[in-house]
Amino acid sequence: MGCTAADVVTALRAAAAVVQEHRDELVRLDQAIGDADHGENMKRGFTALLSRLDAEPPDTPGKVLKLVATTLISTVGGAAGPLYGTAFLRASAAVGDAAELDCDLVARALQGALEGVVARGKAVVGDKTMVDALTPAVTAAASAQGSVAAALSAAADAADEGASSTVPMVARKGRASYLGERSAGHLDPGARSTALLLRAFADAAAKA
Amino acid sequence: MTAAADTSRVGLVVVSHSEMLANGVAELAAQMAPDVSVLPVGGTDEGGLGTDYASVVEALADADSGAGVVVLYDLGSAKMTAEMAVESADDPSRYVVVDAPLVEGAVAAAVAAQGAASLADVAAAAEGASGEAPVAAPSRPALHLVPDAVSAEVLLTNEVGLHARPAALLARTVAELDADVVVRYGNEEANAASVLALMGLSAPGGKSITVVATGKDAGEAVRRIEELAERGFDD
Repeated sequence: MGCTAADVVTALRAAAAVVQEHRDELVRLDQAIGDADHGENMKRGFTALLSRLDAEPPDTPGKVLKLVATTLISTVGGAAGPLYGTAFLRASAAVGDAAELDCDLVARALQGALEGVVARGKAVVGDKTMVDALTPAVTAAASAQGSVAAALSAAADAADEGASSTVPMVARKGRASYLGERSAGHLDPGARSTALLLRAFADAAAKA
Repeated sequence: MTAAADTSRVGLVVVSHSEMLANGVAELAAQMAPDVSVLPVGGTDEGGLGTDYASVVEALADADSGAGVVVLYDLGSAKMTAEMAVESADDPSRYVVVDAPLVEGAVAAAVAAQGAASLADVAAAAEGASGEAPVAAPSRPALHLVPDAVSAEVLLTNEVGLHARPAALLARTVAELDADVVVRYGNEEANAASVLALMGLSAPGGKSITVVATGKDAGEAVRRIEELAERGFDD
């Protein structure tokens, strides 16, 4: 069974709730090695998204993802805006005008998202960024079989592991890179928010 | 370049996380370039630290009078926001996001734009600006030996000498002409097209500089610089 525009909207509402719930955690993580605004920026972006989804819910998954992109780009105000914005934009392009997403399209959307983040931020695996969470998630989703829920669940598990792997890393991109060696020993806030979003999507898909 | 573009200059947009920083950089750059549109974009729309995509998009359009826009940024996410804004433009080729030191780059770009340099040249001026001492070893050591070179000793009659504004005036004067000009003070030499290099000479008032010019307008360049100095750079 596929995943309709309404299902994607439901997943995004769940993600918005998770972002809200983890706002303080993301702020704390960003305080340690960045500019302490990631939690608040993500909350602002997803709050704006909720009201736009209420106002005019798009009728295809691709259009929903595009609305996420434009909303985050214009409201987030930190690095996460352009990065997640580009990610959702490329994910939207990857699914085209399909009426429903299947396992394969979800994997392709994630692949598009990763390509977008890399194109925008020029980070590679090991730089202590969201790329460290998203890259294994893409691989896991691509090898998952069956349902959308299975693909997203595999992606979320891999993203969790990928995010944890950023703890010992020395940051080579973003504000944390100015700290050099002192950035080691901290979880990257962008990798953490990526893992949180994927987990929220996976949980929503499992309930659908 | 078309005839219509003769009057339009490359604009600048300064994207910073801080509104105060963006305003300050724009103020400093604009002082050197009265006819260049230098637009600051800083902070979020709520007045906090960050970058606001919509404001950057708007500034790009506002700063473009037909010759394109060079965009300078302070930190990584300002760069990403600037790049997104450029990609979303109808014609992204009219905008160049430069990897340059913010203050020196903005000043160098503003002076180049004031001299009606092309988009590529204004971008290059920004990227070539460095926080290090801008005076290079003589770039054309034998310039004064070139048969057609015109040179003159020029007394700096103004009190402060070749500081920022006079240096900008001098660079602008040279930029309008078809001439390669170097300015020497002591053992150092600066390309007169570079305001930062001129400032780096630290030539004080009451001292003389040597101006050496080549090219079609060499004589005119030297004459205009002499005039500028006689007027005390309008200080």
